[in-house]
Amino acid sequence: MSLASILGLAQTALELGLISSLTVLALFLSYSMLNVCDLSTDGCFTLGAAVGAVVAISGHPYLAIPAAMGAGILSGFITALLQTKMGVDSLLAGIIVNTGLYSVNIAVMGNASLLNMNKTETVFTKMKQLLQGSFLGNQYKIAVAALAVILVAVFLALFLRTKLGLAIRATGNNPDMVRSSSINPVFTTIIGLCIANSFTALSGCLLAQSQKSVNIDIGSGMVTIALASLLIGNAFTGKGKVPVRILGAVLGAFVFRLVYTIALRFNMPAFMLKLVSSVIVVIAISGPYLKKQMPMLRRRFSHHTGRRNE
Amino acid sequence: MLRLSHISKTFNPDTVNAKQALDDLSLEVKDGDFITIIGANGAGKSTLFNAIAGSFFTDSGSILLDGKDITLTPEHDRARVIGRLFQDPMRGSAPGMTIEENLSLAAGHGGWLSRISKEDKKLFRERLALLGMGLEDRMQQPVGLLSGGQRQALTLMMATINPPKLLLLDEHTAALDPATAEKVLALTRDIVREGKLTCLMITHNMQSALDLGNRTLMMDGGNVIYDAAGREREKLQVSDLLVLFKEASGKALNNDRMLLS
Repeated sequence: MSLASILGLAQTALELGLISSLTVLALFLSYSMLNVCDLSTDGCFTLGAAVGAVVAISGHPYLAIPAAMGAGILSGFITALLQTKMGVDSLLAGIIVNTGLYSVNIAVMGNASLLNMNKTETVFTKMKQLLQGSFLGNQYKIAVAALAVILVAVFLALFLRTKLGLAIRATGNNPDMVRSSSINPVFTTIIGLCIANSFTALSGCLLAQSQKSVNIDIGSGMVTIALASLLIGNAFTGKGKVPVRILGAVLGAFVFRLVYTIALRFNMPAFMLKLVSSVIVVIAISGPYLKKQMPMLRRRFSHHTGRRNE
Repeated sequence: MLRLSHISKTFNPDTVNAKQALDDLSLEVKDGDFITIIGANGAGKSTLFNAIAGSFFTDSGSILLDGKDITLTPEHDRARVIGRLFQDPMRGSAPGMTIEENLSLAAGHGGWLSRISKEDKKLFRERLALLGMGLEDRMQQPVGLLSGGQRQALTLMMATINPPKLLLLDEHTAALDPATAEKVLALTRDIVREGKLTCLMITHNMQSALDLGNRTLMMDGGNVIYDAAGREREKLQVSDLLVLFKEASGKALNNDRMLLS
């Protein structure tokens, strides 16, 4: 493999890793902090992509970003409302919203399941014009993605240190304690999911615009892919301080994409992505559990085979 | 101060498992009272606390705190004026967050987007130093690393950092080893005395029920069956309580933990 192709691989991984790390940061907030597994992530990702694309196609490249994030906030609000105020189980709430979003997304895209943005002005084309001629000329995609990730990561790190941020963390840690601190966990759950889903939608919006098209399936499997990245990141940082874990989440997204890109290079078919991400999630979640069970399994085995430890 | 009028609560109503946990209970608590509550398992002691704190709403009756009707006020709103400790030391604090972050949430100073201020850090240090457990030098450590006793002492600090109108202690030393329990109880006494807090304490220890506070209630079947204060209470012995319990409830005490302590 030539140096150029290795660099090419790293660049693709970095670009996709950065964009999907926004979804990883969303899950960091909802899954790691709030302890809610938000299964509406896939639909919300597509929603962000669809809304962003429609707004950009109508000639507002900058407005596309806040519009997508706003749509994400709305979707997160509904998911949160279902599970906090309407008695729907939290996993089910995500699944219901995800299913509903499929129709919404097709409606947003104007009864189509595919939108093309080949000639659309987006934040990426704007950045391309801006960087033209400079040494970063060809890295405009990475520049946009990196800018978004830096803004979101810094926001998240600062936000989680505020009283509201602490309350959100405590809601996932011990809701009883939140209530006894005179804070309504319903409120913190709603705010947390709204913010997380705005990141997911931003992630979808940027991916669609960087690849210049939206497909109704663009978000399918995102929740597992992002979870895999998050858990890879966790393996690097452990239960350290929040800013370190945020950095770990971004790094995890990059590493996941890097491994995947390399695997593609070694002729792994592209359709394997989702299976690989599922397996990673299973290993990351079950691994520590099985490791804890190991001594007991071993004892059971030796007990049955008669080799008892006297 | 606190007035409960005819409150009742039935769990699983209209089923075979229906259980009347509070039965038309009325109680008047005066400002500055320190009331100890004893009773067998299932007598309704914790249910009474849940009703006062708002963990559920009562089926009937009303609850007034400082003249304000809180009968239908949600739990997190009542928590502004009611502090509470449970038997389980893990229940009162968030294990994945630092001591400082836990205290900051309990103190609730500043707006939603404010960070922990220097003054707050200083305040937390001073307060933690009062516990005499060295926690003031571990403010950046996660609470999950603390022992049960340390966590309960921290929870006590969190519950009283904004002096509550009413402090509810639900056997808060029962899960601790005897030496630690003694220490946490002494801390409780000091904090209640210094803050002139009004306090209700459930205990299984008959001796501390009589030693602490100025009034003792005995509960059974979802109601108060004996209420002693002043002179009458001063003369009470643990053995008297056992006899009283038998007389009042018409059955033998069925709780080993209470007999043995």
